Amino acid sequence: MDINTKKLKKNAFRVTKERGKTASRIRVPGGHLDVKFLPMIQKIAEEYGNGTVHITSRQGFEIPGIPYEKMPEVNKELQPIIEGLNINQETPGEGYTSSGTRNITSCIGNRVCPYACYDTTAFAKRIEKAVFPNDLHFKIALTGCPNDCAKVRMHDFGIMGMTEPQFEPDRCVSCGACVRVCKKKSVEALKPVNYRPVRNTEKCIGCGECVINCPTRAWTRSEQKYYRLTLLGRTGKKNPRLGEDFIKWVDEDSIIKIILNTYKYVEKYIDKNAPGGKEHIGYIVDRTGFEEFKKWALDGVNLPEKAEVYTPIYWKGVEY
Amino acid sequence: MGYQMNQEGFNHVLKQLSKEYLIYAPKCMKGGNTFSDVDCIRYGEVQYAEDIVFDKKSDYSFKEVLLPVSETLFYFTEGETKEADIPRKKGAIIFLRSCDLHAVKRLDDMYLQNGPADYYYNRLRENVKFVLMGCSQSYENCFCVDMGSNRSENYSLSVNKKNDMYYFDCKEEAWVELLKEYAQGELAVEPEYVTENQVHVNIPENLSIEVAKSKMWDEYDSRCIACGRCNFVCPTCTCFTMQDIFYSENGKVGERRRVQASCMVDGFTDVAGGGSYRKKNGERMRFKVLHKVYDYKKRNGYHMCVGCGRCDDVCPEYISFSNCINKLEGAMKEVLSK
Repeated sequence: MDINTKKLKKNAFRVTKERGKTASRIRVPGGHLDVKFLPMIQKIAEEYGNGTVHITSRQGFEIPGIPYEKMPEVNKELQPIIEGLNINQETPGEGYTSSGTRNITSCIGNRVCPYACYDTTAFAKRIEKAVFPNDLHFKIALTGCPNDCAKVRMHDFGIMGMTEPQFEPDRCVSCGACVRVCKKKSVEALKPVNYRPVRNTEKCIGCGECVINCPTRAWTRSEQKYYRLTLLGRTGKKNPRLGEDFIKWVDEDSIIKIILNTYKYVEKYIDKNAPGGKEHIGYIVDRTGFEEFKKWALDGVNLPEKAEVYTPIYWKGVEY
Repeated sequence: MGYQMNQEGFNHVLKQLSKEYLIYAPKCMKGGNTFSDVDCIRYGEVQYAEDIVFDKKSDYSFKEVLLPVSETLFYFTEGETKEADIPRKKGAIIFLRSCDLHAVKRLDDMYLQNGPADYYYNRLRENVKFVLMGCSQSYENCFCVDMGSNRSENYSLSVNKKNDMYYFDCKEEAWVELLKEYAQGELAVEPEYVTENQVHVNIPENLSIEVAKSKMWDEYDSRCIACGRCNFVCPTCTCFTMQDIFYSENGKVGERRRVQASCMVDGFTDVAGGGSYRKKNGERMRFKVLHKVYDYKKRNGYHMCVGCGRCDDVCPEYISFSNCINKLEGAMKEVLSK
């Protein structure tokens, strides 16, 4: 058997423990899909794999037990899924054309969750369209609110939904619900003054708890959707660490531009001898210094007026 | 006589009426609800027919037009007071449904007939005309039929909307010519009303204050979160509280305002000396429910609740007011058997 494992990996298959068998990985951007794709996945698992499927930690499906020689057939079976999920693909019919940048994951977002400040899946798909296909090792995740159920701080780019609470004093009845909930569940950014809440704009993290708990619509959400962008969290053997805040009150367009800029930065500075051509961005930033990264990342980005950039950023994490 | 009119004609009518009146109707506040990307239907000023939401129940009632959520009554300095200007310089036209028009009677009885007329309510109530919006269907949680509020006669104008066409019945003499001018046709029009709701309520004949001793209220101790939404959306809740504000830059001047209050929210029963009654949420629920369907009737001869069901629509804990009413019969049996 003669298999080019480099090509195979790029094609979103993997070398498994079992000699002669591979596994096919299906990405679901934003982790939400029409159930019509499930029978297609079932068919591949039953006809080519071992009849099981693993729900991956990055919101995909991994179908194990596929003989290497069946890869072209599996790629044909994957085609309606790839098209149906609107995945950028260079050559139709030949499966995924890259697997470096990982599936863009998200929590369930505001299609279901009351706390979410935006449609996480829709934004994940928008980022997917902007960055794929790409061989560089980028991990991007989105979460609807600062609860961070999607654990975005473990990613190179973490996107957390925010809303800027709008207060209409004439609708406030001084019930105190917003002040209480902000203190108990969030960051205590509200204080009552003359019977009504005053928001400490520096402290506020835009979680929307005040809006959710207001019984009279005195608090509502801003029309503009905002985000907190966290940077360069990572897992791994060397120095795992949580992502740190980069920009608070940033908008969608700027986030996409920053991510695309970072691809250029990584292409320039990546260690050409990195194992498998794969190096977490954080290690590159450790080498070049944060200021150099920031220069590249913010190149040509028009941040909203409200945006607050945290600089410099220091990471710590676990060191051995 | 009734009139048929297209949207363009209706907009001309609204424009003419707006010379003398501010026009209030249920509007869609884009993204204005609790959760993100969810609209809120509540009352606001409208200019055009297309701004009026006909196909949904409003989340909040018309009540806010007559009883502002917060209203400054007067301003004070060390030795003087100055009455706050009336928030509205013109008359008002309010678009509402039959249940809400029945609620107007409750507000009037509370603020105008219950002892001396309330000055601030009265000045907002004067020169108000009501436009009855026909109900082509019963909405979720509505129980107007059982509360007898599904039909109304005391409107100035009624409007039914069907396939982008509007059908009016006019009882306001002064508006007849205006309607004729823009009507596409004259025909007999009756406001649409529902004759059947999915939800039914049974208020037992033998309901007495003994029901307060029932165990039925206990479940609400833990289920209810005392947020007060049920009161704030209710078209018949009339309670307010007073707040004296001393401006922070100069504590010698300030204003007195009254804001809507809720018998479900902490602090409602606080009294001088630190006392507080109805501490448990179940006790608050009991007080509210019995006020709506028991003791109000003893004083006024008819029930306070009009069956709009907004309290059920809005409750984040899915507590159903109508279902609570339906537990009263069993609760009476329970307390009478002791």
